[in-house]
Amino acid sequence: MTILRVEGADVYYGNIHALKDVSLLVERGEIVTLIGSNGAGKTTTLRAISGLAHPRRGTIALEGKDITRTPAHRIATLGIAHVPEGRRVFGRLTVRENLEMGAYTRHDRDWIAADLDEVFAVFPRLKERIRQTAGTLSGGEQQMLAMGRALMARPQLLLLDEPSMGLAPLLVEQIFRSVTDINRAGTTVLLVEQNAYMALQVATRGYVLQTGSVVLSGPAESLLANEEVRKAYLGE
Amino acid sequence: MTTAVAAIDFELLGRIFPRVLVDGILLGFVYSLIALGYTMVYGVLEFINFAHSEIFMVGAFIGAEVLLILQAARVLAASPPLLSLLASVLAAGVIAGLLAVTIERVAYRPLRGAPRLVPLISAIGVSFFLQDLVRMIWALHRNAFYLTYPPIEVFNQRFPAGAYALWGGAAAVAIAAIGWLMRRAGRGVARARFESLSMLPKYTSIALGIVSVGLLILDPNRVLTVPVKSLVVIGASLLVLSVLVYVVNQTKLGMAIRAVAEDQATASLMGVNVNQIISVTFLIGGLMGGIAGALFGLQFGTVNPYSGFIPGLKAFTAAVLGGIGNIPGAMLGGLVLGVLEALAGSYLSLISGGAFGAEYKDIFAFSVLILILIFRPRGLLGEVVREKL
Repeated sequence: MTILRVEGADVYYGNIHALKDVSLLVERGEIVTLIGSNGAGKTTTLRAISGLAHPRRGTIALEGKDITRTPAHRIATLGIAHVPEGRRVFGRLTVRENLEMGAYTRHDRDWIAADLDEVFAVFPRLKERIRQTAGTLSGGEQQMLAMGRALMARPQLLLLDEPSMGLAPLLVEQIFRSVTDINRAGTTVLLVEQNAYMALQVATRGYVLQTGSVVLSGPAESLLANEEVRKAYLGE
Repeated sequence: MTTAVAAIDFELLGRIFPRVLVDGILLGFVYSLIALGYTMVYGVLEFINFAHSEIFMVGAFIGAEVLLILQAARVLAASPPLLSLLASVLAAGVIAGLLAVTIERVAYRPLRGAPRLVPLISAIGVSFFLQDLVRMIWALHRNAFYLTYPPIEVFNQRFPAGAYALWGGAAAVAIAAIGWLMRRAGRGVARARFESLSMLPKYTSIALGIVSVGLLILDPNRVLTVPVKSLVVIGASLLVLSVLVYVVNQTKLGMAIRAVAEDQATASLMGVNVNQIISVTFLIGGLMGGIAGALFGLQFGTVNPYSGFIPGLKAFTAAVLGGIGNIPGAMLGGLVLGVLEALAGSYLSLISGGAFGAEYKDIFAFSVLILILIFRPRGLLGEVVREKL
C-alpha cells in the first residue's frame, strides 16, 4: 500500500531550479533511501514533502490525500515527522521539552508519558540527560534527541535527513541500527544519506538523485551492485 | 547644603535611601513590563517593535479613561479601590494587547520577507499614526490633549512599612515553612507542574525576607512610610511578571513560544502554527505594555499622546541592557535602569553640592548603560548559544 506518492515535482528556490520533475513512491513499512551528492536535491525533496518548500508544479500525496500546498504545521498533524538536516534540536530547551515539542500536536497526556519511556528505551542516553538543555549535548546525543523528538509524534512516515552527518563511525552504526529498529516497530522511513553504502544496507529500495532529477531507482541490493552507483557514490 | 563647598550630608543620604530605592524599584518594574514586550517580539522575529512605546501610551489612556468613566458614574469613590484598579489595568492590557496583534497583522506581517529596515520604518510610521490617532480621539471625546488620572483616596495614603518589618520577616519564615512542607508532601508525586507550584512560596518568602531584612537595616527606627499607590504598582507588576514567567516556562504555549524564538522552521515541523505563536507573542507583549501604561499613569498622574516615547526608549534600553531576546534579562535590565535612575535623580545634586541637578539623571543612567555595553555587548544576561555540528 502506497503511503507517499510524489509526482513530477518541480521546486524552485528563487531562480534556482532545485528539483526537476521528481517522482517517487514509498510503500508502507519500507525503508526507502535517497542518495546522491551534495546539492542533488535530497534535502529539498524532504522539505517539499514536509511542507517547508512548496513545489511549483507536480503533486505530493500522503495516503492518497493531496498535501502539495498544505503548510508544514498541518502536515505535522497528518503523520509525517521530519528530522531535519543538522538535527536542529532546540538548544535552549531541555531534552524533556524537546521531546514534548515532538508531541506538540497530540493531546493524549498519558500516552505521551508512555512514549517518553519508549524513546528512552531506544536511546537510553537521553534519559540521563533529561534535564539538560539540548545545546549542551554532544553531536551524537543531539541526533538521538532529534530522532526521539520525531518519534514522539507517533509518525507513520519518518523523514530522516543525513542522520550520520558528522558522527563517529561507532555512533553511525548505532544510529543506523536505531533506524532499523524504528522501522521494525512499524514506522515507514524515507532516509536521505550521503553515506550511500550504509543507507543501501538498511534500505528496501533507493532512488539516486543527480542535479535535481531522479536518474536511477530500484531495490537496494541492485543499486548496491550497480556499476555506476558503485563508481559515483560508493567510492569504488 | 546647596552651597558649592558644603560637606556631603551623609546622614541625609542614608535617611532618604529606602524611599529612593522604593521609587527606583517601582520605576524598574514598569520598565521591566514594557521591556518584555520588546524582548519577546525580538525573540520570535528579531525585529524591534518601535511602536511598542505607543502601545504603552494607549494602555495609559485606556486606564485613565476607565477610571474617569467610573468617576463620572459616581462608582469610583464607592467601590473597592482595588476593584477599580483591576478594571482599569485589565481594560488597558486587553485593548493594548489586541492593538499590538492588529498592528502586527496590518503593518508587519505583509513585510515579513522584506529587508530588515522596511518593517522598522513601518513601526516608526505606526508610532506617529497612533500618537496622532489618540490625540484626535481624545480631542473629540474630551476636548483634551492629555488625561489626568482621577485620585483614588486610599492610594494616596502612606503605609508604615518600617513598623511592619518584623511582621514581614515572620511572614517570610512562615511562607518558607509552608513551601518546605509542600515540597516534602509532593516528593512522591514529583510532577513537574507541582514542582513549579512549590517554587511560589519559595520565591515569595525570599523576596519578603529580603525586603524585611532590608527594612530592619536601612530603617532602624521603623519610621519609613511608603505611599500605598507605590506598593500597589509594585505588587501588580510582580504579579504580572510571575504569571508571565509561569506561562513562558511551564506551559505548552510558553514552550512553543521559546521553540519558535529559536527556530521557526523546525517549530513548524513539530506542528506549531508559527504565525499564531507570533500573534500570541504580540498579544502578551501588548498586554504587559498596556498594564504598564495604566500603572505608570496611576503613579505619575497625567498622560499625553507623547508620554510613551521616553519610557518606551528606556524600556528598550533596559531590554538591550539585560540582553535582547532574553526574558529574565529584560526584567533585570528594567530594575537596574529604574534603580540607577532613581539614585541619580535623588543623589546627584546632593553629592555634587547642586552642580548637577536631578535633570542629569538620564545622562547618568545612560552613561552606566554605555559602560556596561562596552564591557558586555551581549547585555547582562545575554548569551551566545553555540551550535554544534
